[in-house]
Amino acid sequence: MTAIIVGAGPAGSTAAYVLAKGGHDVVMVERGDSAGCKNMFGGRMYSHALERVIPGFWEEAPVERAVVRETVTFIHGGRSVSVVCDNPRWAAIPPHSFTLLRAEFDSWLASKAEEAGAMVACGIRVDDVLMADGKVVGIRAGEDEMLADVVIAADGVNSVLAQKAGLAKMFVPSEVAVGVKQVIEMPAAEISRLFQLGEGEGAVELFVGDCSRGMQGGGFLYTNKNSVSLGLVVGAAALQRGEASPFDMLEDFKAQPRFSRVLEHGEVGEYSAHLVPEAGINMVPKLFGDGMLVVGDAAGLVLNLGYIVRGMDFAVASGEAAAKAVVEAKSTGDFSRHGLSHYKKLLDDSFVLRDLTAYRRAPRFLENQRLFEQHPRLATELVSDLFTVDGGPPRRLGKTVRNRLRGRTIAHLVADGWRGVRGL
Amino acid sequence: MTRLTTEQALGFDKFVVDDEQAHIKLDLEICNSCDPKPCTHACPAGLYVIRDGKLAFDHAGCLECGTCRVVCPRSGEAIAWGVPRGGFGIHFRFG
Repeated sequence: MTAIIVGAGPAGSTAAYVLAKGGHDVVMVERGDSAGCKNMFGGRMYSHALERVIPGFWEEAPVERAVVRETVTFIHGGRSVSVVCDNPRWAAIPPHSFTLLRAEFDSWLASKAEEAGAMVACGIRVDDVLMADGKVVGIRAGEDEMLADVVIAADGVNSVLAQKAGLAKMFVPSEVAVGVKQVIEMPAAEISRLFQLGEGEGAVELFVGDCSRGMQGGGFLYTNKNSVSLGLVVGAAALQRGEASPFDMLEDFKAQPRFSRVLEHGEVGEYSAHLVPEAGINMVPKLFGDGMLVVGDAAGLVLNLGYIVRGMDFAVASGEAAAKAVVEAKSTGDFSRHGLSHYKKLLDDSFVLRDLTAYRRAPRFLENQRLFEQHPRLATELVSDLFTVDGGPPRRLGKTVRNRLRGRTIAHLVADGWRGVRGL
Repeated sequence: MTRLTTEQALGFDKFVVDDEQAHIKLDLEICNSCDPKPCTHACPAGLYVIRDGKLAFDHAGCLECGTCRVVCPRSGEAIAWGVPRGGFGIHFRFG
């Protein structure tokens, strides 16, 4: 056996697909009854990475909608200010990004690996790695043991394998966030009408402000074909310190008048929760060791810039790079950490580590509580002042701005603006 | 849409509950001596509750997210965290 891949998410399935397509013996083990049934995310995948591996994948994959509208909304005390970007070209071939539902999509991607010749074994929990002379040589699942030249840990954010092999440490609360989501089912035509979308077109909305009660985090809305994914992400460190329940926060978020039309036409289909790696390059473990490679969420490969959240494209590209590194190692018969080090080189040369390195300051920038309280309050109050006409004294633009930007407020704004420019 | 309770929200989910093995085990002696008990508010499924002044936990309804393990102030000692055996636990139909 050349490779055992643990976890049939996008990273694992891509690695399995590429290896099997190259004619290598590969087994992918998944603890869920079907690929994807343990997986959940906010809602969108940028296409570029998978398009390179499976050109035109979206023609047959169960994608939901091609995103043509991005909205970032600052909310505070019922007021909100949005930045909306419509770009119909995002829907041009190949579409820029898709909203997805993971149970169906991951299952499809795993089936592509299976078609290519990979063996996919679902319903099996891998309990441990097998080591010999300090090298990973296989896995143990219950009583069963299986050996391979290399084990690819694609077992997600809570990766047991990378930790057991000594490549990763247990993360700390400041490195992850808790995401909660409800899928609200409603007819496709109703979604297109409510969000003014054409056929197959989707919208993504991110929310910053008091939806996370001043804690690091934010809200999200993704339009799927026949459902809307509505959720919240909150930093685990803030959650640990405070007394807020992510579920209650999501129910508060849903109760906003802006969602009433969506909710009155829909019915809750599912409630889910998941951890999100949020520390960027700072939490990436050792990506390879003797006989092992770590990919996707297990390697912390997620990038959150506040207005962009990426994980699946990193997962897919890291799976592809891992497969190529295994092929390279096989050609020399060297599966030691030296032989597998090509994986790191491939990631360094690709957008994966290039982007995570370029945005290495983003996680620190987003830890700033003012971004979630003070600034959204300022933005919403300032802009709503500008649009208010009530017969009172004139609200001259310059004066309104000056009134709002006094003392430390302006100092904070300048300081955080500068950090944002440097970090994002 | 009326406000949901966690029980109602979990009612929309599909679970295959493992009645033989709990995948998360607590050392209740440590847990009951823990003052902040962040698990009681942070667990997205609301599975950590105080009953008669003591911490109670039920693994049925677990979304397998790992929040309890990461927010636990004495994670390594108080929570023996794991995931259900193959084929058991949450089964997302949407995800």
